[in-house]
Amino acid sequence: MAEEKKQEFWRWTESNWRNPDIKWEDAKIVTAGIDVGSVSSQATVMTDGQIYAYSNMRTGSDSPESARNALNYALEGTDMPESRIDYCIGTGYGRVNVPMADRSITEIACHARGGHFIYGPEVRTVLDVGGQDCKAIRCDEKGKVINFLMNDKCAAGTGRGMEVFADLLSVPINDVGERSFEVKEEPEPVSSTCVVYAKTEATGLLRKGWEVNEVLAAYCSAMAERIFTLIERIGIEEKFAITGGMAKNKGVIDRLMKIIGLEAMKTDWDTQIAGAAGAALFGYALVQKGKGRKK
Amino acid sequence: MIANYGYKDGSGDYFIAIDTDKCDGCGKCVEACPAGVFEVVDEDPNDPFREEPLIIVVGDKRKKLKYECGPCKPPTNRPPVPCIEACPHDVISHSW
Amino acid sequence: MIIAGIDCGAKNTKTIILKDGNIIGKGIALTGFDQAIAVKESFEAALKDAGINKKDIEKIGGTGAGMDEIKEADIKVNEIKAMAKAANYFFPSARTVTDVGAEMGRAAKIDEKGQVIDFAINEKCAAGAGAFIEAMARALEVKLEEMGPMAIKSDKSIPMNAQCTIFAESEVVGLIHAKTQKMDISKAIHDAMASRIVAMIRRIGVNKDIVMIGGVGLNTGFVHSLEAELGVGEIYIPEDPTFGQAVGAAVVGKEEA
Repeated sequence: MAEEKKQEFWRWTESNWRNPDIKWEDAKIVTAGIDVGSVSSQATVMTDGQIYAYSNMRTGSDSPESARNALNYALEGTDMPESRIDYCIGTGYGRVNVPMADRSITEIACHARGGHFIYGPEVRTVLDVGGQDCKAIRCDEKGKVINFLMNDKCAAGTGRGMEVFADLLSVPINDVGERSFEVKEEPEPVSSTCVVYAKTEATGLLRKGWEVNEVLAAYCSAMAERIFTLIERIGIEEKFAITGGMAKNKGVIDRLMKIIGLEAMKTDWDTQIAGAAGAALFGYALVQKGKGRKK
Repeated sequence: MIANYGYKDGSGDYFIAIDTDKCDGCGKCVEACPAGVFEVVDEDPNDPFREEPLIIVVGDKRKKLKYECGPCKPPTNRPPVPCIEACPHDVISHSW
Repeated sequence: MIIAGIDCGAKNTKTIILKDGNIIGKGIALTGFDQAIAVKESFEAALKDAGINKKDIEKIGGTGAGMDEIKEADIKVNEIKAMAKAANYFFPSARTVTDVGAEMGRAAKIDEKGQVIDFAINEKCAAGAGAFIEAMARALEVKLEEMGPMAIKSDKSIPMNAQCTIFAESEVVGLIHAKTQKMDISKAIHDAMASRIVAMIRRIGVNKDIVMIGGVGLNTGFVHSLEAELGVGEIYIPEDPTFGQAVGAAVVGKEEA
């Protein structure tokens, strides 16, 4: 059934990476951050606060196993034994189920700090739209959270909501962004916020003769507006950065940036590792303050 | 920090904002709330460097705030909300 | 005096014909994507059922999500008003009424004349309406009309974490993979939905007698969960609750047009 089909999440490829310029043996403090999300999991290993290795992969049905796989995948091809890690922080939806974590910290704090690391110290607003939630975070120049909100109750505006629509219209999620711009005129956004009712509305539009691309555009537009009203609540201060999977959907992001009237920051790092990177950094800071693992 | 707990769905915005800089974890809101929406915790899950206790919105209630807070917010003749009344430091505000 | 009430809802359009206060005809048609056609079909079906002609009808009250498309109506009836009058018509002892339809849920506090004292609405979110149960039936691969009877067989109380229809679908699939019995999942679904409707009713106050109208009232599993969650004994439901609002529209049509 439809549910089964879309489990094959191929809008990003699983990946891992090792920093060729770092020798882990020279590190004073090694920390790890593991972010177990509802859809994807990442592990980041840092040596003295620099990224040594990371991984990004699908979350399985078991959180502890996903955490283990993510860490193994990050260390794969390195010769660093896991025992070298001085402190490990778990974060994300499955954070309490990370067996190797010394403690857990919420994704809010980790995304602020991770966003800061990935995008630089000018970041003041981080937007993370993931598989099943949407987070808006204001942070200071050190990456400390000043204001945040998270919506994980309602599918509208999340990756899952987008998935449902891609499925309804039989468009691979990778193509949604581009196709939503292949329209003669930008249509009015879909009026229902609720994904269930938006689906009915979309079916009605198709019957009226709307093209698939036009319906895609109408939905991306509605999602962009909805995400905007969420982040408006905490205020948007420059510079603005986006993390998480939705960052890769131009159909929503370009429209969102147009509504906000700002350019989002750019990075060469994979936007999905922000949470894990932030977690590893917290680990580093805690160890430096003497709050690391009791030997 | 301002921690906004709650959600936005098709029917509206339901967020409780907690100003953690002003909260000292006194727990008067916990006593005042008939729905058990708040609890005092020793560690701020969103700030690992904070040393004082503070309140958070209980995990189970967060996604049902419209319903949990319903009895304190009837459609008409709304009296002052108990949690806000009980707080001595102006920590809590509601978005609806 | 012969009056008609037409309720153009999100899923079905219902028509009721009252003669001297008694129901003499009913008609129903799927609303689909053309409300005007559904209204016409529903109205004609009711006329046929009553064995009368359109000219025999003195007044027509229209209500529902598509009330603007009811060109036949002499008076457009506010949905909350219709709901209140419907409860009063069926059960003069009613003081609280709830209407749960395909795409919305409502509750009102009413007086002995069926006048509205206070009301609450749950709309624009499928989790608080019949659409939730329909979606879950699809996820469970069970026919909608079988959901209720299945739920009643269960004595478990599994709480649902998801408060959104879309996330709940994934949660149900997860429960199926974990080999949870379908009847227990069905009960969990009805309990979850009932708790949302009850929370809405609590906002306006729980005063007996409690009446329920709307299509979801046909779902025995839901009524069961609702009664358990409310905890005030029996909830009164008219024989054909789907037509509740249409009756209300007819009653208001008579009183006001």
